[in-house]
Amino acid sequence: MSLKKNILELRKRKEKVQLGGGEKAIEKQMAMGKMTARSRIMALLDNESFTEYDLFVEHEGRDFGMDKKELHGDGVIIGTGTIYGAPVGIFAQDFTVAGGSLGLMHARKITKIMDHALKMRMPLIGINDSGGARIQEGVNSLAGYGEIFYRNTIASGVIPQISVILGPCAGGAVYSPALTDFVFVVDQISKMFITGPNVIKTVLGEEISMEELGGARVHAEITGNAHFFANSEMECFEQIKKLISFIPWSNTVRAKVFPPKEPKFKGNIEDIIPSDPKQPYDVRDVIKAIVDDSDFLEIQELFAANIVIGFGRMNGQTTGFVANQPLVLAGVLDCDSSDKAARFIRFCNAFNIPIITLEDMPGYLPGVDQEHAGVIRHGAKVLYAYSEATVPKITVILRKAYGGGYIAMNSRHLGADFMFAWPTAEIAVMGPEGAANIIFKKEIEEAEDPDKMRQIKVQEYVERFANPYVAAAKGYVDSVIEPSETRSLLLHAIEVSSHKDDQRPFKKHGIPPF
Amino acid sequence: MSKQKHELVDFAVTARKYKTKLTKKFINRKFYVDPNPFEIESHIPGTIISLKVKEGDSVKEGKVLLILEAMKMMNKVLMPFDGTIKKILVTEGQRVPKGCIMIELE
Repeated sequence: MSLKKNILELRKRKEKVQLGGGEKAIEKQMAMGKMTARSRIMALLDNESFTEYDLFVEHEGRDFGMDKKELHGDGVIIGTGTIYGAPVGIFAQDFTVAGGSLGLMHARKITKIMDHALKMRMPLIGINDSGGARIQEGVNSLAGYGEIFYRNTIASGVIPQISVILGPCAGGAVYSPALTDFVFVVDQISKMFITGPNVIKTVLGEEISMEELGGARVHAEITGNAHFFANSEMECFEQIKKLISFIPWSNTVRAKVFPPKEPKFKGNIEDIIPSDPKQPYDVRDVIKAIVDDSDFLEIQELFAANIVIGFGRMNGQTTGFVANQPLVLAGVLDCDSSDKAARFIRFCNAFNIPIITLEDMPGYLPGVDQEHAGVIRHGAKVLYAYSEATVPKITVILRKAYGGGYIAMNSRHLGADFMFAWPTAEIAVMGPEGAANIIFKKEIEEAEDPDKMRQIKVQEYVERFANPYVAAAKGYVDSVIEPSETRSLLLHAIEVSSHKDDQRPFKKHGIPPF
Repeated sequence: MSKQKHELVDFAVTARKYKTKLTKKFINRKFYVDPNPFEIESHIPGTIISLKVKEGDSVKEGKVLLILEAMKMMNKVLMPFDGTIKKILVTEGQRVPKGCIMIELE
C-alpha cells in the first residue's frame, strides 16, 4: 500500500520537473521556432533509449532572491542513450528554465555526464541553448565553464565530442563547442559570439545584427567554427546520426564496419576530369566514384571550399578523405583550407581512421592578405598534421602537384604509405609556364619572337617534367595507375596497412603551429 | 550546370590561369594599400577626446597630436617625424572607425 504511494509521489515529482520552465516558457520557446530541450534529445536518440540523470538537482543560487526561485533540473538535462545502437552521453541546455543560464549545479550536471562519457569511452553530445553565465551566481558560474573546458580538453582525442548550437551561445560559453570535434548549427537558430552586438556598438560604434555577427551561416561559411549547417533542427539531428555512424566510439576501438558496397557511380572515372589541366571539375564526383555506395559525408562543406574533407567507407571501413577542389579557387591551399584540412587529419589520426588524399592543386594562394594572415604558420599545420599521423596514409595524384603543395599534400616525403599517380599527374616545382619563364629566361628574351620561343619552351618543359614519371623514376611515386584501377588499389592499400605500426619517439606532445 | 559554368572565372596562380569559382570570402578580401606616411590613421576604433594641434602648426617628432579613447584607454597619438599639420579631418568628440585618416601632414 505505502509503496504505491511512494511511486505515485515519484511520478508526480518527475512530471513537474520534466516540464522544465513550465507551459508558458515552452510556448515561448516554440514561438521562437525552437524545440524544447527534452524533445531535442528524444528526436536525436533511438526510441526510448534515453536515461536521465540528475533530474531532481536543485540550483545553488542564494543571493538576489534566487533562493526563493525554483529552477527545474537547473536548466539542463543530462543522460545517456543510443544512436543507431551506439551509446552516447548527452546534455541539453533548457532555455525555458532561466534562459538555460549556467549556474554551479547546471555546470556540475554537465561535467558529470562528461566524466561519465569519458570513463565509459562513448561519444559526448552537447546541445547548447543558453543565455550564458547565471550572473546571480557570480564566480561559481565562471568556475563551471572552466571545469567544462578542462574536461573538453582532457577528453579530446579520447572520445568524439559533438556540439550542437540550437540557440544563443555567447561569451565564455562558445569555448566549449570550439574545443569539441564537430559543431552543428541551424539556420536562424544558432548564434555564437564572444561579444554581442550591443557591446560592439557601445565600445566600437560598429552596428551589426546578431545573425550577421554570429549566425549559423557566418560560422559555416566565414569563420569555420561550424562543421555542419542545417536548415532545420530535424535535418541537423539527421546529420548528427549520420556522423555518429561513421566515427568510432573512442580512440581504442574502430568505427563500426558496414557490409561492403560497390559505388553507385557507373561510368568511367577518367571522364570526370577534363583533359585541359586548366579546366575545373568537382573532386567530390571522384570521391563518390571511389567510396562504397557513393556515400560521402562532407564536413565543412561551405567553409574553405577549395579543399574537401569528409568520411566515406572503403569495403565497409570508415575512411577520411582530403581532396583539393579545382572547382573553387583552383584548389589552392590558403590559411582557411590549411586549418580545415589539418584539423580533420588530426581527428582521423586520433581515432585511427585511414586517410586518403586526392591531390590536384597548383600551390599556395598568392596575396598580401594571405601572407599577412600568416599563411606560413597556417600552411605548416598541414605538413605537421600529415607528418604526425601514424594511420594508413594514401595519396592519389590526379593532376597537378606543384611546389610546396606537392610536399604538403601527404607526399612520400611526409610519410605517405602509398603514392599513386594517374598518368595525367604533373609533379613539378611549379606550372610549366612559370617554370619555363625562369629556366629559359635568356633564350626567351634573346629570341626574335619571344612569345613563340616561350611557347616552345613551355612545351619542352611540359614534355620533360609535367608528368608522373620523373617522380616515379625516383620512387617518390610507387605506381602510375589507370584511373579505373583507383578503387581496387585503394582497397588493397587499406587492407595491407590494417596492422600498420609506426612507432615514434616518446614525447609529452608535439608543438604544432597552432 | 549552366549556372555553374557562368560562375567560372580565370584565376591566376603563378603564370597559369585556371578556370574556377571564387569564394565569397576571397572576393570580399581587403586589397593591400601602401600606407601613406603623411596620413595619420586611427589604429583602433574609438573616440577623439582632445586635439593637441591645429592646422599649420609645425610639430616635432614625438609630440602628442591627439588623444584617442578606445576600450577605456586614453591612447596618445604621436607625431611620427618633424613636420607641419596640413589638415585635421576630425573634431573633438567624434567617433572614428579603425583605419580612419585623422590628420594629414606635410
